[in-house]
Amino acid sequence: MNWLTNFVRPKIQSLVRPREVPDNLWDKCPQCGHMIFHRDLAKTLWVCAHCDHHMRMSVKARLDMLFDGAAYQRIELPKGLVDPLKFRDSKRYTDRLKDSQAKTNEQDAVVVAHGRVGGVPVVVAAFNFAFMGGSMGIAVGDGIVAAAELAVLQDAALIVVPASGGARMQEGILSLMQMARTTVAVAKVREKGLPFIVLLTDPTTGGVSASFAMLGDIHIAEPGAVIGFAGARVIETTIREKLPPGFQRAEYLLENGMVDMVVHRHKLAETLGRTLGLLRHRGAAGQLLPIAVDLPDSFEAEPGV
Amino acid sequence: MNFLDFEKPIAELEGKIEELRHLSDSDEINIAEEINRLQVKVDRLLRASYGKLTPWQKTQVARHPDRPHASDYIERLVSDFTPLAGDRCFAEDKAILGGLGRFRGQSVMVIGHEKGRDTESRVRHNFGMARPEGYRKARRLMEMADHFSIPVITFVDTAGAYPGVDAEARGQAEAIARSIETCLDIRVPLLSVIIGEGGSGGAIALAAGNTILMLEHSIYSVISPEGCASILWRSGDAAKDAAEALHLTAQDLQRLAVIDDIVPEPLGGAHRNPELAITSVAEHMDRALKSLALVEGGVLRARRRDKFLEMGKIGLP
Ligand SMILES: [Zn+2]
Repeated sequence: MNWLTNFVRPKIQSLVRPREVPDNLWDKCPQCGHMIFHRDLAKTLWVCAHCDHHMRMSVKARLDMLFDGAAYQRIELPKGLVDPLKFRDSKRYTDRLKDSQAKTNEQDAVVVAHGRVGGVPVVVAAFNFAFMGGSMGIAVGDGIVAAAELAVLQDAALIVVPASGGARMQEGILSLMQMARTTVAVAKVREKGLPFIVLLTDPTTGGVSASFAMLGDIHIAEPGAVIGFAGARVIETTIREKLPPGFQRAEYLLENGMVDMVVHRHKLAETLGRTLGLLRHRGAAGQLLPIAVDLPDSFEAEPGV
Repeated sequence: MNFLDFEKPIAELEGKIEELRHLSDSDEINIAEEINRLQVKVDRLLRASYGKLTPWQKTQVARHPDRPHASDYIERLVSDFTPLAGDRCFAEDKAILGGLGRFRGQSVMVIGHEKGRDTESRVRHNFGMARPEGYRKARRLMEMADHFSIPVITFVDTAGAYPGVDAEARGQAEAIARSIETCLDIRVPLLSVIIGEGGSGGAIALAAGNTILMLEHSIYSVISPEGCASILWRSGDAAKDAAEALHLTAQDLQRLAVIDDIVPEPLGGAHRNPELAITSVAEHMDRALKSLALVEGGVLRARRRDKFLEMGKIGLP
């Protein structure tokens, strides 16, 4: 729990330095193929203005978008065991880690920050898909555990934003164990009666979906996000059939009872704030708020009455 | 406006009033007087017929297509409504709506059968007949409310649970049983309002509450009058007799201590003035929630369980 002392006097890490992106840079929408100015994408929160496709976005943009006034503090995560199996395939795992660290300027695939959403104290753990496909190993497990413990400590809600292909093979069985480990972590949030919301983004699959990501009090998914356990290609090879369009997409999960709502990215912060408000600022029976009852015009009192 | 059979004389008078209203000029004073005279007659007829509706007539009123549905109550009474979907198991069942919202400032979990209004929405909501996943969603939401100390309000309006092969295969009976069990287990207030049809197991799955309100002309029964008639009378034509024999009216159910209070409906039924009906339900809900708010969770649960243990100790005189 030594990271908690860090929390008391948080070492505020400078956020990911915005990499110098030239203004004339174009991005291609993976769905409709339109070329879009990079700076326009930032304005639309990486939602394609032509086809509404929700593209993957950076963790920084995600946190800026979620927290009230883009104000939050990142916490430094504990340094755990690195490369416990001394794993190597065509390349050493430690080298892959270094490459990803250099590429993303992050230590591993999860970032934890705290602040307010809709005025409610919240801890957010957000996955970084750019870091080895957001795969979950010990360090990611550490991040989820730290986020859950911080939520309990601060009496805050926990929001986890997965974007992950699943377990990190390079950590072998110990990455599998993170499924159970993160399950304990979020159970502690639940046992304290604090809200645990999962914001499912593209993609949420494998060991991540089959653990904490499906255990939220409320599941919110971004439109079109791929969410599932087994990969579509694996399934197709196994059953030797073409999969139906929309398979494992957020809307498919909604229809199949797995998520509460599919929410457009532009409405996410508002939806999260409202939902957290309903769960945390409960009000008392009979407490009249001006917004409470929306009576039709015919029920308005006559002037002077 | 859809008229029921017994409302024919009223429909005729209202037709005449409409005609008169469309007549232009020609002695306006006389026309206004005639309209007034007819309106008085309409009100008298409404008062007379709605003052003594038979159980079969109440059945028709309870099923009236223009009667306010759960979605109407939610739209009028619940602000910040945030629908929650899915049973986390098989499907999202649109026959049962559910979600968080605020009723007069207080967070509430609202769950209700929705029959739908037009052909498209009726099909979408399966005419308010839920499958197992609907009851499993209801159970999940009740448990969530319990977990976050949020009172539960249910709006009951269903012909019954969906009778289908798929529903049976996925355990319709078990799903209803678990939903009833959860109603009786939670430690937050559970307020149930029977707004239209309280059809059998599909209804009690959401209605084993601390306080059960019933609209004046709604019905609540172990079986539909038609179903009962075909089984016991061996003829669907005997539905009227079955409705009589089942004592499915709010008035009889209050005598049997099955429900706690009756919400009066506007003259001519809730469908004639949905706004007024909804407001009157809201006042009753407010009162019920305020008194339940004073009771500690464990006591709420114990009282609810005791109440249902007592069912069947009071009969009709
Ligand atoms: Zn596009």
